[in-house]
Amino acid sequence: MALLSIRNLSVDFATAAGSFRAVDAMDVTVDPGEILAIVGESGSGKSVAMLALMGLLPWTATVTADEMSFDGQDLRAISPRTRRRIVGKDIAMIFQEPMSSLNPCFTVGFQIKEGLKKHLGLDARARQARALELMEMVGIPDPARRLNAYPHQMSGGMSQRVMIAMAIACRPRLLIADEPTTALDVTIQAQILDLLTDLQAETGMALILITHDMGVVAETARRVSVQYAGQKVEEQQVGPLFARPHHPYTSALLAALPERATTRILPTIPGVVPGQFDRPRGCLFAPRCAFADETCRTTPPPVQPPEIGRARCHYPLMQEGRG
Amino acid sequence: MSAPVVQASGLSRVYEVGGGLFGKPQEIRALSEVSFAIPRGKTLAVVGESGCGKSTLARVVTMIEPPSAGSFAIDGTEVTPDRWDGLRDAVQIVFQDPYGSLNPRQRISAILGEPLKINRKGMSRADREAKVREVMGLVGLRPEFYDRYPHMFSGGQRQRIAVARALMLEPKVLVLDEPVSALDLSVQSQILNLLLELQDRLGLTYLFISHDLSVVRHVCDEIMVMYLGRAVETGTKDQVFDSPRHPYTLALLSATPVADPARRKERIKLTGELPSPLNIPSGCAFAARCWKARDRCRAERPELEGDGHKAACFFPEGG
Repeated sequence: MALLSIRNLSVDFATAAGSFRAVDAMDVTVDPGEILAIVGESGSGKSVAMLALMGLLPWTATVTADEMSFDGQDLRAISPRTRRRIVGKDIAMIFQEPMSSLNPCFTVGFQIKEGLKKHLGLDARARQARALELMEMVGIPDPARRLNAYPHQMSGGMSQRVMIAMAIACRPRLLIADEPTTALDVTIQAQILDLLTDLQAETGMALILITHDMGVVAETARRVSVQYAGQKVEEQQVGPLFARPHHPYTSALLAALPERATTRILPTIPGVVPGQFDRPRGCLFAPRCAFADETCRTTPPPVQPPEIGRARCHYPLMQEGRG
Repeated sequence: MSAPVVQASGLSRVYEVGGGLFGKPQEIRALSEVSFAIPRGKTLAVVGESGCGKSTLARVVTMIEPPSAGSFAIDGTEVTPDRWDGLRDAVQIVFQDPYGSLNPRQRISAILGEPLKINRKGMSRADREAKVREVMGLVGLRPEFYDRYPHMFSGGQRQRIAVARALMLEPKVLVLDEPVSALDLSVQSQILNLLLELQDRLGLTYLFISHDLSVVRHVCDEIMVMYLGRAVETGTKDQVFDSPRHPYTLALLSATPVADPARRKERIKLTGELPSPLNIPSGCAFAARCWKARDRCRAERPELEGDGHKAACFFPEGG
């Protein structure tokens, strides 16, 4: 059975200019011990969807879903209090900016132990021992001294390790990493990604990796879901996705990678992601798509079967040419 | 080969921090003895991680700060602070963050017109407007954007505005400080194409600063890898990417994620982090993280050596 199952998730924000749909009919399923990557550009709703799952959105957001269950438990039906017992314990999240997601007023030891106290009810001695163990697991040198350090005394890479230690403190069954390495240098990024995949393999937890970096996806994920303007446009295993993308957006995104360039001038995707006021009637990608026709501009596209990558497209790409 | 447009030798920049009334200030060596030359119409990429001195280099080359030691020349003219006024026209900069580098209270016309207002005092209002519109066309901004404010634009459009502003004074050299790292992938390629087209059309020389090796590989002709304020390897793009000689370059290349799931490679795991520029180790700065380091590396600093393809290492890769 799937560990996490979300069907038809939509998130609307009430803004001064009317409601804005940030996530549109998104499905997510994650099996135990799986690594799923969600890729998309800024504004594609990838972070908002996960924040909705964690219940961390502000009151202006309206979350609706046909199903949102974790480990067989319906997250929509339970009270906030019950939900808080799951969030932070069984589902944990790592945020993008390690420097700003740690509280500057408390030592990192305090912040790691907070969850241990709340969720596991460990006594002081057990908390200290577990915190030391966690700091060692994430590869922080001299952990006993580092537990008493404040976040500003640590570098970005070290802060991100602390965030990871906090997130895995209660042995979560699902870890959501929201752009965990975007703020870091490449050699540190490599260390953090290795750490995350090692921890995942060791503990058997499921990992959702949110990123915009195709390189990170290729090297880390097993299954990939591509988001565009709030919708999931394609979902495939990582190998086939890079080899045979079915949605024109995925294909164009891959072609725009400088490392795949064969000519000096790169292939580009013209235009920008649609905003609140210029949302197309039909396919959201139609204004930027090289293959769009009248149907695409007027009718929302169907979701293709899994063999065609669940592409949300009227005319999914087959092999090299058009289908 | 034409004479280099930018020629730098032994550029250093030292900052003093702390100190107070009686305390002795500490020195931060942000940039140490960096030398390079960029021929006309070519691109030199400077890569390295945060704190390696690449932005300091950009500030020195754009004459925002004088170097503490060393010298550089633009188009054969030696750059000294008293000649800055006349030379600054020739070197312009594009910053990383297009959200922070444009004044939100100025219209695009004012943003683009300001360099002319200050530096071309005799220019009439009509001429200025004509010039602004001409450059807007050059970078692919539509004429109706003339009266708009920066907040009405997306990141990619803003970066076009920043490029247009840098082009207003018809510079010879553009310093591009991480010009695409704040942009989304689909927009990144648009800006890279724009920069390449402008280079071909106007014969611009680029100093391209980036940490993204796949972008660098696409745009540059020559490359300089920096670590803790020093160049550790320089060479042409093919030399550095195909046969890196310095262990740090090798580690950097292996750490960069490649968008190809079929390629399983052995990643070199660097332990530790960049040492503080406040106390740079006496030997090779990379020795503490290097898997090949021996006693000699910790005692002596290797010089940048080699013919064309240079590396600062006692035990370089490939002999």
